[in-house]
Amino acid sequence: MGKMSVNLCGIELDNPVIPASGTYGFGYEFAELYDINMLGTFSFKGTTKDPRFGNPTPRIAECPMGMINSVGLQNPGVEKVISEELPKLKKCFNKPVMANVSGFSVDEYVYTCEKLDKCEQVGWLEVNVSCPNVHGGGMSFGTSPEAAAEVTRAVKKVTTKPVIIKLSPNVTDIVSIAKACEDAGADGISLINTLLGMRIDLKTRRPVIANKMGGFSGSAIFPVAVRMVYQVANAVKIPVVGMGGVSSAEDVIEMMLAGATAVEVGAANLINPYACKEIIEDLPRVMEKYRIDDLTDIIGGVK
Amino acid sequence: MENFSQKFSKTKKQKMKQSVFRVISNRAVAKNTYEMKLSGDNSHITAPGQFVNIRLDGFYLRRPISVCDVEGDVLTLIYKVVGKGTEKMAEMVGGEELDILTGLGNGYDLEKSGDRPLLVGGGVGLPPMYLLAKELIKAGKQVKVIAGFGSADEVFYKEEFEKLGASFTVTTVDGTLGIRGFVTDALGTVGEYSSIMTCGPEPMLKALYSDTDCPAQFSFEERMGCGFGACMGCSCKTVTGYKRICKDGPILCREEILWEK
Repeated sequence: MGKMSVNLCGIELDNPVIPASGTYGFGYEFAELYDINMLGTFSFKGTTKDPRFGNPTPRIAECPMGMINSVGLQNPGVEKVISEELPKLKKCFNKPVMANVSGFSVDEYVYTCEKLDKCEQVGWLEVNVSCPNVHGGGMSFGTSPEAAAEVTRAVKKVTTKPVIIKLSPNVTDIVSIAKACEDAGADGISLINTLLGMRIDLKTRRPVIANKMGGFSGSAIFPVAVRMVYQVANAVKIPVVGMGGVSSAEDVIEMMLAGATAVEVGAANLINPYACKEIIEDLPRVMEKYRIDDLTDIIGGVK
Repeated sequence: MENFSQKFSKTKKQKMKQSVFRVISNRAVAKNTYEMKLSGDNSHITAPGQFVNIRLDGFYLRRPISVCDVEGDVLTLIYKVVGKGTEKMAEMVGGEELDILTGLGNGYDLEKSGDRPLLVGGGVGLPPMYLLAKELIKAGKQVKVIAGFGSADEVFYKEEFEKLGASFTVTTVDGTLGIRGFVTDALGTVGEYSSIMTCGPEPMLKALYSDTDCPAQFSFEERMGCGFGACMGCSCKTVTGYKRICKDGPILCREEILWEK
């Protein structure tokens, strides 16, 4: 069997498969089904400074080969994540976990990252810059190189663990944003977050989602994700975590060839709760099929 | 301890299972309404009022459908054709296989029924009342059912409920069968009841909530992503905090409910 382990920002992963934030809760729904220690790691539910209920329902719309969600970062807030969720997680997961952080101001990112950085269980901080900046006219931090760099710099100042900036694909030039984050001290880049989408109900002539628009994810977005991972990986020297529509071991290999060091799996977990387990179990077969002895060798290996 | 079947004893932990079911039969029971019987592993269905989540070829998200009955390895579902997914389900025939997640949702708490529970089902909110009625009757309860529909051609399972030994009162909005009007118009006709256990469209739940004051359990519906508590797609606010309809519900007690929308 080939070597599946990869090194993400100085921490060894047994395999490159990482359930993406927002599709895996804090792990224990899935721990009912299988031993989640088989994962490389997972990125837990996006955490903010204060508790959030999120957006009104309906929050979900189906699409061909995908779905739109507009959950709106529902989470119990960083204090409760640390006092309640992490201790529960400890019982079923003994690897470093990826802490996913969101904020609506630079101060909020700093506050939440600083707290989570001190948690022993946290291996990496994945900073989601797709949220709107309440002090910046509601524009998402991730849509401007300056704003993304500002968050990166501020978070890096108060943390010791690797900081991975998670980028939004809803921009004209993702490469310039990735580079700005790298220059500001980011240890890694993860992409892509969901694509902004919308569905309309023909009977009611209203948007299906209460918030009108939401994040489009699922197999349909995979080609867009591969393209953006390829563009960013070729422009930065720090590791890239690829995600967006990944739903098979073949997709993992394709993402890695495009330049991903590790690969997150999102929407697939929601329709098949065993998706990550099946992908990890299928990786050796696919590696053998494509004569891959060591997954690390294929990172960015597209010719 | 009340005398409920071992299968539905409260000590069993709610835990989901993914498995393959084989269609035994699939027949129309009313206008646009189908009864599908399947065989498979029902062991994770631990309470009436739970639902299953069905994967259909060509559709990204699963379809959540409430459990109408379980008997050994036979699972009965009743569903209404409301879109392309359920249209596809209606075309299925015996022998076809479906990937189904079972053991989803909390289900009704049988021990809170009292001796004379009133079960109220609106449209395809009626199916979960069947297994509920069956279990309550087995435990010696006197079960009354009110079933609300739009019109006579939508009515199903009247004989099935009566065969269980439940009294069955039909209401139709257009008056083509039973009492004309809504389920609340029948409340005064069924005599005394100890509690209400109900499933149906939200306006119906709301009307029942305000027209009665006895202990009551309400089953809610919301558009779901995963159906097992991971995506937070179907959250709602309750008196006791945020709950996920799919995992912490779909059944909420009267005391927990906050009518927001």
